[in-house]
Amino acid sequence: MIRIWIMTLVLLASPAAAVEPDEVLSDPILEERARAISSKVRCVVCQNEPIDNSNAGVARDLRLLIRERLVAGDSDQEIFDFLVLRYGDFVLFKPPFKPSTYALWLGPFVILLIGGGAVVVSLARRPKGPAASAADLSVEEETELAKLMQKDTPQ
Amino acid sequence: MKRLLFALPLVVAIIIGGFAIWGLSGGRDPSALPSVFISQPVPQLSLGPIEGVNSPGLTTDDIKAMQGIKLLNIFASWCGPCRAEHPNLERLAREEGVTLVGVNYKDKPEAAAKWLAELGNPYAAIGSDYSGRAGIDLGISGVPETFIIDADGIIRHRFAGPLVGDGLRRFMETLNEVRK
Repeated sequence: MIRIWIMTLVLLASPAAAVEPDEVLSDPILEERARAISSKVRCVVCQNEPIDNSNAGVARDLRLLIRERLVAGDSDQEIFDFLVLRYGDFVLFKPPFKPSTYALWLGPFVILLIGGGAVVVSLARRPKGPAASAADLSVEEETELAKLMQKDTPQ
Repeated sequence: MKRLLFALPLVVAIIIGGFAIWGLSGGRDPSALPSVFISQPVPQLSLGPIEGVNSPGLTTDDIKAMQGIKLLNIFASWCGPCRAEHPNLERLAREEGVTLVGVNYKDKPEAAAKWLAELGNPYAAIGSDYSGRAGIDLGISGVPETFIIDADGIIRHRFAGPLVGDGLRRFMETLNEVRK
């Protein structure tokens, strides 16, 4: 008997998630859209967590609000616009591409271009052909070298 | 030209270091979020009064009809920092010549009424936001938060956190700027 109880409890246990059972919509397609949207929205309290798995009160309110608006027939974009109107672009994990974010989106490519250009230029400037070899030493240098070698050789 | 190139690492280091010093100085809070409502009119609010409290409810039209500078404070009886800032709000409403209005955020009416009876009620009007929807419409991230609304009904500043100590000092500086 106790085994059955334990098995039941084990089966009932599910991984912890912030979305609470009372929030879930009965329509699985809408619920899936709600999950997708809320995973792209930043929690304004914890800031590095999406509202989808944040336990903050405001995050829960926003999850409920997203679902409410989905049921009312809003498109995904309308919901994002609704949130941005109140919380700014900051709530989106993926910032929009617009003049004030050009530096953010294009900066890495500009830096890559500058770095790549520098590499190409420095490679092109390197003298071609084999580097000067030891055989090119002058007579004086050879004698100097021999002297040094003699001096350093342990007795 | 070659010699200038040698100075390049130093220039880059100075630029990056400059950014670091700028970021660390001046009491800047990196987690503070800019409000999208700065320089915008107050969003549409239509909140009823708290049951059992002798203050009118709060609508955007009410705020527009008020003279001079308004402070909109979002508070709740369950919020500890709100208790800490309460005496300062009373002083602001009494001495600074501003109209203080409140939004009671996600609070039970009985609890809010008891809280105001105990600590005093400095608000000219209080809207009850039991669902928290008005809080979202104002883009708040928690309580307490205080907005400065100028004579024309335009939001000029948003302050997140309790109006105490250093935060209160900075808030007063901003308030004096808005007054000009």
